[in-house]
Amino acid sequence: MDNGATLAPVDVAYETWGELNRKKNNAVLILHAFSGDAHAAGISHETGKPGWWDNMIGPGKAFDTNKYFVICSNVLGGCRGTTGPSSINPATGCPYAMSFPVITIADMVRLQKMLIDSLGIEKLLCVAGGSMGGMQALQWAVSYPDRVVSAIPIACTTRHSAQQIAFNEVGRQAIMADPDWNDGNYYGRKPPARGLAVARMVGHITYMSDDSMREKFGRRLRGKENFGFDFDVDFEVESYLRYRGSEFVNRFDANSYLYITKAMDYFDLTNGHGSLATAFSVTNARFLVISFSSDWLYPSYQSQEIVRALRTRNCDVAYVELQSNYGHDAFLVDVAEQTDLIRGFLGSTYEKVQ
Amino acid sequence: MTAEPQKKTAFVPELLGRSDYAIIGEIVEPNTKVLDLGCGEGELLQWLAENKGVDARGVEISGSRVRRAIARGVSVYQGDIDEGLADYPDQAFDYVILSQTLQQTHRPLKVLHEMLRVGRRVIVAFPNFGHWSVRLTMLLCGGAPKTKLFPYNWYDSPNIHFLTVSDFEALIAQERLTVERRYFLAGRHRVPLLPNLLAEVAVYLIRAS
Repeated sequence: MDNGATLAPVDVAYETWGELNRKKNNAVLILHAFSGDAHAAGISHETGKPGWWDNMIGPGKAFDTNKYFVICSNVLGGCRGTTGPSSINPATGCPYAMSFPVITIADMVRLQKMLIDSLGIEKLLCVAGGSMGGMQALQWAVSYPDRVVSAIPIACTTRHSAQQIAFNEVGRQAIMADPDWNDGNYYGRKPPARGLAVARMVGHITYMSDDSMREKFGRRLRGKENFGFDFDVDFEVESYLRYRGSEFVNRFDANSYLYITKAMDYFDLTNGHGSLATAFSVTNARFLVISFSSDWLYPSYQSQEIVRALRTRNCDVAYVELQSNYGHDAFLVDVAEQTDLIRGFLGSTYEKVQ
Repeated sequence: MTAEPQKKTAFVPELLGRSDYAIIGEIVEPNTKVLDLGCGEGELLQWLAENKGVDARGVEISGSRVRRAIARGVSVYQGDIDEGLADYPDQAFDYVILSQTLQQTHRPLKVLHEMLRVGRRVIVAFPNFGHWSVRLTMLLCGGAPKTKLFPYNWYDSPNIHFLTVSDFEALIAQERLTVERRYFLAGRHRVPLLPNLLAEVAVYLIRAS
């Protein structure tokens, strides 16, 4: 791992859709965002819920599973089946908690590469994802240039800005300030639910936009005609954030929150390369870069930096800023235009490898 | 100024409904690297990729056009030609194409220099403001010309620099550029003489001397 530690054994949770063809050249690796998991598409047998990118992955969809073999795995440090701080450390028989090594985006990608090796796939037709998934896609292109034909980084950056680090730090402080966090040793006890919920509330604000919040909530009151003149829920937006916060606690581990946000903050593709252009000097991949007009968490200028650096290497890169009111969430919800783009890009890339 | 020796037939076929595209399609050598500035929805690039095995890239400022270009599998990025070429290394392309867009750029000379820097050869096609129909409408009506070639009202025209064949020839001489080929078109016909008066569209293949 980047911090010098060795972690073994490691479990990886993954799902696949479609079939790997005989030439093994139709594999697409989907990379999930911060709170995602391996269940990207289809209906889960356990929860009955559709995958987080079900509108993009499936027969006839952007990532057409009639044509491509699509893979998605839970990231290292996660809490949805892949080894993370909530996993049992075989050396102690107890959860790793804060003894889990600090991870990086490159460590996540290293583990994914082991998965791809074990599936017998020499070259991925495409690595694709939004937000932290986009960072992993970029890292793939730089870490394993021989293994990637194309990459689709969406709504992401080559390095976290001060603003992005700041929001993550607020989330981490909310968790660590909760007495139930107990230096990370809360497994088998009461988890730091209040801290984690507040962290998630802040996160959700950054995923939306002023427009989308005005449209969705405005100043509407929740189940009342007048202000309550107390500190219960008055506004719809308060109710929504509280609901999102409390729901998150049931499916996410607070220590995973700390480790994964830290990995995002450490992410800087120029590390060890001096410049972005130098980092990209190893890759011959085709790129499709997408940003969204109302995304203020990962603003378009960050995607344009990727594009400019790729141009200085004369790499094959397509880029467009899509108009959307949904803020950072757009990559999950605004799928019609993304579908056209990805279908065309993947289709022509696939033709080139035939 | 001398026109290129004309072929026996002065008729130019259309490619994707345009005679200047047909000429560009003829000029571009197979398996080369091409950058099309102001590429619209990428129709020409797609044709070059499919029929000439060209490694095709494009720049376009309109987001909706970029979307449609990418959807057809062409690598296009959304950007402004006036600023957009700075990142490319020198001589990155075999051809840089600017089709009917020079008159719309803010700094045409700078764009031309940039094109010559990033491309070994440059293909420029532009509507000829010296065409007799333009002269006639100005002479007779006294207003900003509105013709088949320049169909816009003065206040909503994307064209901000008006140039004629003579103007472009003068610029080439001033910049000491080499013209490898020049084509003058009126509709689907090649113009054999008096291009500054009779050509609707001019297509130049140029390189730095």
